[in-house]
Amino acid sequence: MTAAAEKAPPDGTREEVGRARRRKEDARLITGRTQWTDNIQLPGTLHVAFLRSPLAHARIQQVDTAPARGLPGVVAVYSGADFAAEQGSLPCAWPVSDDLVVPDHPPMAVNEVRYVGEAVACVVATDRYKAADALAAIEVDYEPLPAVLDMNEALADGADKVHEAGNKAFTWTFAGGDIDAAFRDAPVVIHRTYVQQRLIPSAMEPRAVVATTDGDTCTLYSATQIPHVLRVMLALTTGIPEHRLRVIAPDVGGGFGSKLQVTAEEVLLLLMTRRLGRPVKWTESRSEGNLTVHHGRDQIQRVKLAADRDGRVRGLSVDLLADMGAYLMLVTPGVPLLGAFMYNGIYKMDAYDFRCTGVFTTKMPTDAYRGAGRPEATYAIERVMDELAAELGIDPIDVRRRNWIAHEEFPYTTIAGLTYDSGHYEAATDRATALFGYADLRAEQARRRQSRDPVQLGIGVSTYTEMCGLAPSRILGSLRYGAGGWEHAEVRMLPTGKVEVVTGSSAHGQGHETAWSQIVADSLGVPFEDVSVLHGDTAVAPKGMDTYGSRSLTIGGMAVLRACEKVKDKARHIAAHLLEASAEDVEYTGGSVRVRGTGAGRTIQENALAVFTAHDLPDGVEPRLDAQATFDPENFSFPHGTHLCAVEVDTETGMSRIRSYVAVDDVGKVVNPLIVEGQVHGGLAQGIGQALFEEAVHDADGNLLTTTLADYLVPSAADLPDFITDRTETPAVSNPLGVKGVGEAGTIASTPAVVNAIVDALRPYGVNDVRMPCSPERVWRALNGGAS
Amino acid sequence: MIPPAFDYVRPASLGQACRALAEAGEDAKVLSGGQSLIPLLRLRLSYPTVLVDIGRLPEPRAIRDEDDHVFIGATATLDEVVRSAVVNAEVPLVALAARTVADPAVRHRGTFGGSLAHADPAGDLPAVALALDCEFVIASARGERTVPAAGFFQDYLETALAPDEILVGVKVPKLGPGWGFHYEKFHRTAQAWAIVGVAAAVRRADGGVAAARVALTNMGATPLRATAVEAALRGVPADADAVAGACAGADAGTSPPADLHARPDYRRHLARVLTRRAVLAAARARP
Ligand SMILES: Cc1cc2nc3c(=O)[nH]c(=O)nc-3n(C[C@H](O)[C@H](O)[C@H](O)COP(=O)(O)OP(=O)(O)OC[C@H]3O[C@@H](n4cnc5c(N)ncnc54)[C@H](O)[C@@H]3O)c2cc1C
Repeated sequence: MTAAAEKAPPDGTREEVGRARRRKEDARLITGRTQWTDNIQLPGTLHVAFLRSPLAHARIQQVDTAPARGLPGVVAVYSGADFAAEQGSLPCAWPVSDDLVVPDHPPMAVNEVRYVGEAVACVVATDRYKAADALAAIEVDYEPLPAVLDMNEALADGADKVHEAGNKAFTWTFAGGDIDAAFRDAPVVIHRTYVQQRLIPSAMEPRAVVATTDGDTCTLYSATQIPHVLRVMLALTTGIPEHRLRVIAPDVGGGFGSKLQVTAEEVLLLLMTRRLGRPVKWTESRSEGNLTVHHGRDQIQRVKLAADRDGRVRGLSVDLLADMGAYLMLVTPGVPLLGAFMYNGIYKMDAYDFRCTGVFTTKMPTDAYRGAGRPEATYAIERVMDELAAELGIDPIDVRRRNWIAHEEFPYTTIAGLTYDSGHYEAATDRATALFGYADLRAEQARRRQSRDPVQLGIGVSTYTEMCGLAPSRILGSLRYGAGGWEHAEVRMLPTGKVEVVTGSSAHGQGHETAWSQIVADSLGVPFEDVSVLHGDTAVAPKGMDTYGSRSLTIGGMAVLRACEKVKDKARHIAAHLLEASAEDVEYTGGSVRVRGTGAGRTIQENALAVFTAHDLPDGVEPRLDAQATFDPENFSFPHGTHLCAVEVDTETGMSRIRSYVAVDDVGKVVNPLIVEGQVHGGLAQGIGQALFEEAVHDADGNLLTTTLADYLVPSAADLPDFITDRTETPAVSNPLGVKGVGEAGTIASTPAVVNAIVDALRPYGVNDVRMPCSPERVWRALNGGAS
Repeated sequence: MIPPAFDYVRPASLGQACRALAEAGEDAKVLSGGQSLIPLLRLRLSYPTVLVDIGRLPEPRAIRDEDDHVFIGATATLDEVVRSAVVNAEVPLVALAARTVADPAVRHRGTFGGSLAHADPAGDLPAVALALDCEFVIASARGERTVPAAGFFQDYLETALAPDEILVGVKVPKLGPGWGFHYEKFHRTAQAWAIVGVAAAVRRADGGVAAARVALTNMGATPLRATAVEAALRGVPADADAVAGACAGADAGTSPPADLHARPDYRRHLARVLTRRAVLAAARARP
C-alpha cells in the first residue's frame, strides 16, 4: 500500500505528510542544549594537538619529539614513526578503474609529506592550551621536494612527481552514441574550457573527535555524517575488531560531504586512547579545518558541443581533469564520475563522450562536497547551452526548450544511460519565468543596453536535473563503489503506545527527526508528538548506510515507511486473533485495527500493550509490536527545476549584485515544505558562494592562502537576495513515497544561473566567460580585455 | 586556535592602566574590545607578555559635545558611536563609516579607540580621522599629549603611540554648516574589509564645490589624504563630469597593496571611481 493510498485519517485529524512542521530537533540544536562532540567531557580526558606540515612536499628526515616531552601538562608526544606499525592506510572505498593508483596514505606522515597541513606529530596534554603550546618544541627536519600544483603541468612529461607511480591517478571513459557522426559536418561547434575552482566546505560545526576505551571496547564520538560506514572502515584500518568498536555521531552541525570521510584524526585518536587508556579529544580550529577538511570541486572541464543551426544539440564531448590532491580519500576518485552521467543534463542528443583523468597534486585531497560531481557537470552543460543560444541568437530558454525531454517522453533513457523516471521541465520553466517576470526583465535589459547604463542587467537560467537518492546497490556495485545503497529502519511500538523509530540515516542538520515522525504519524495513525527518532550511534542503530547524496528521505524515509507497514501487518494479525476474526477482515485505519463491517476494534496503543504482555498471542507471533525493514531502490531519483537569476553588474567596478532569484524545484512529493525550503535556501547560498565568493587559493609554493574566513569568503544572509521559491510536484515513480531528495538541488542549480547572468550582462562588451568566483576584479579585467 | 600564554591585568582607572603599562614594558599590549587583538593572538601573530584590559574602564568611554569638536572616548564601542545623537548631528561622517564596520556583534565589542590605535590601513575609521583632521588625545604615566591625525598613522599597523601610551579619545572637529559627507566602501561580502574605501566631506557654495576633504582606505600602508583631488575639486561645478575630472588623479601618490581581492592596478582604478562617487554623494549631486 502506498502512502498516498492511506492518506486522510477518518477521524478528521490532519495529515502530517505535507505539513510545514517546525523541526522537533531545533530547540535543542539552536539553544545548544545538546551534545556536540566538543561538549563531551569524559572524566580524565586528555587533549590532542597536531603539528602539521608547513611544506607542500618534503621528505621527513627526522622528527625530534623529545623537547616537547618534558613540558608542563604534556603526557605524550608522537610522530608518524610511533604509529607506523598500526596506523594502516586511510581507505579509498571507490576504486573506480583497473588502472587506479591508490597511494599509501598513512594517517600521520612517516617518510614524506605531500600537502601543507598533513599531520607529522602530535602532543597529548592535560588541556588543549598546553597541547598547543608544546607543539612549538617539536623539531622536524624536512628535505624540501618540488610542489606539484597545476594539473596540466603535473601530466606533462618529466613533471615532478607527487608519488613514485606518477601523477596520473586514473582514466575513466564513457561513450554513448556515435560521437564522430555527431560532430561530422556539424554546423555549430562550441569549445569551452571551464574551471571548477577548489572549494572548502564550511560546516558551522568544525570537526571534533573524542575517543575512549574501557580496555575492552573502544568508543569513538565524531562529528561525522557516516557512523556506520566509519565503524566498518576503522575496524579494517586499525585492526580493532568491529564488535569492540562503537561509533557515535552525536548531534552534528552540518557536513555538506566534508564529514563523509574516514579522517586521519579519527584513526589516530583511536590509537592514542588504546595506548594511553584514557579518553582523548581533538577539535579543529577553523584555520586547521580550512587546511585539512577535504576540499571540493577542483576540475578543469574541456567541453565541446555540436549542434544544428536550429539549436538542436547533436553531441557533447567532455574531457575532464580532476584534481585528487595528494591522496585518494573515501570517495575521491568517484566524485567526478558522479558527474559523468549528468553532463547531458535534461537534454536529448545523439552522442555523448566523456573522459576523466584523475591527477595527483601536492594539495589537500578533494572529495565529496554538496552535489559532488553533479554541480560541475550541470555548470558545464548549462553554461554551454547559453553559449549555444548566444551563438545562434536564440533566447536561452528557447534553446533549452528545443532540446529538453518533453514530459510525455518519460520514462526516458538518456544518452548517458540513466533512465529518468519522471519530470516536467515545461511546467517548472513556465512557473519560474512567470514568477521572475522574464519578459519585463528582458525589456529592462534592452533599455539599459540601449542607454549604455554603467549598471548592466544580466539574466541567467539554469534548467537542471540531478541523480540522487544514492542508490541501487546493484548499480553502485557495477560502478565499483565500495558500499551498498540500501537503508534500514526499525519502528517500535512501545508498551505504552508511543513509537520509537531507529534509522540508519545519520542526520547532521537535515531534520530527519521531524520528517520521519511525519511519515510514521500518517502511516500508523499516531500523533506526531508520540514519535521519537533515534540515530547516529552504532549501538543504538546498528544498521545503516548514513546520510549523503540526498539519499535520506528517498531511501531512509522509505525504509521507515516499509517498517511501519510491517508493524501494521503484525497489528492486523494479532487483532484478528484477539477479535476472533479472519485477518482479511481486519483493516488498519486511523490508528486502529477494526473488523470490517462491525464496530469491533482496538487502537494500536491497546494492541501494543497486549503484545507486550503476550498473554494471548497467536502461535508463532513474537512479543513486541515492532518491525525492521530495509529499502534498496530500483533507480536513482531525479529532482529537477528551473532557476532564474537577475544580476546587476556595475561595469565601472566589476561588482555583481544579485537583484532577484527565482527557484522552482521539482523534488516530487514533499513531506515537509519548511524543511524543503530550508534546504533550497542553504543550497542556493552555497551555489552562489561558488559563483561569486569562494575559492581556495594556494601560493606558488603550495601554501593555502585562504585559511581564515576573512580570506575564504562565505556569503552570509546579508550578501544574498530574498529568494523566491516555488515548486512543481511530479512524483518520483521509483519509490512509493514519490519523493526525490532536495539536499543538493539548490547548490547544483544556482552556480550556472548566476554566472550565466553575469556573462549575459557582459555579452555586449564581447565577454563570453568569467572565471569563478566572479569577483569584481575578474569581471573588471574581463571587461577590459584581460583574462579574467 | 589557541593564543600563546600571557598575563592579564584589568586596572580600575586610567591612571592605574598607565602605570601597569609602564611597569610591564615593551611587550605589553592594551586590550580594548579585542576584535583585532584577539584574532592576532589566536593566529599567533602577536606575542605580548601582558595584556592591560582597558575595555571596561568607565572613564574614556563618553561621547561629548565640546564647542568646536566632538570628543569620542577611546573605549566607546563602535555601536555606541553609530547610535550617538551627537555624532550623527555634528560629525556624521564618523557614524557613516562606523556603520560599515563588520557586523553588529563586532561593533558591540570593538571600540572606537581600538579601531584607530590598531591602524589597519583596511580599517574604515582611520581614513575618516585623517579626512577630518582629528586630534588624538594620548595618556601615559609620563603625562598627556595630543597628536594630529596627520602625524598619528605612521606605517602599517604603526602609530605615534609609544608602548606605554594609551589613546584616551579623539577630538573630531565640527566642520560647520554647508558640509556634506559620504563614506564609500567597496567590499565583497557584507562583513569583509574594504578593498578600497573613500571618506569624503564636501562644502558646497553657489552650485559648486567650495572645499573638499578626501581620504582613502587601503591604498597604502596608512590611510592617505587625497590632497591632489582636494585641490582639483576646489571651485569646480558640482556636476558629474567636473567632479570626475577632478577625481581622475585620486590614486596619485598611493601605493596600493596586492592581495587576494585586488591587485594594485585594479585598486587604483577603484580609487578613481569611488572617489568620484563619494564626492558626488557628499555634495548631494547627481552621479
Ligand atoms: C569579523 C570582523 C570584521 C571586521 N571588519 C572590519 C571592517 O569592516 N572595518 C574595520 O574598520 N574594522 C573591521 N574589523 C576590525 C575591528 O572593527 C576593529 O579593528 C576593532 O574593533 C578594534 O577595536 P578593539 O576595541 O576591538 O581593539 P583591540 O582588538 O582590543 O585592539 C586592537 C589594537 O589596538 C590597540 N589598542 C586598542 N585600544 C587602545 C587604546 N585605547 N590605546 C592604545 N592602544 C589601543 C591594542 O593594543 C591592539 O594593538 C573587523 C573585525 C572582525 C573581528
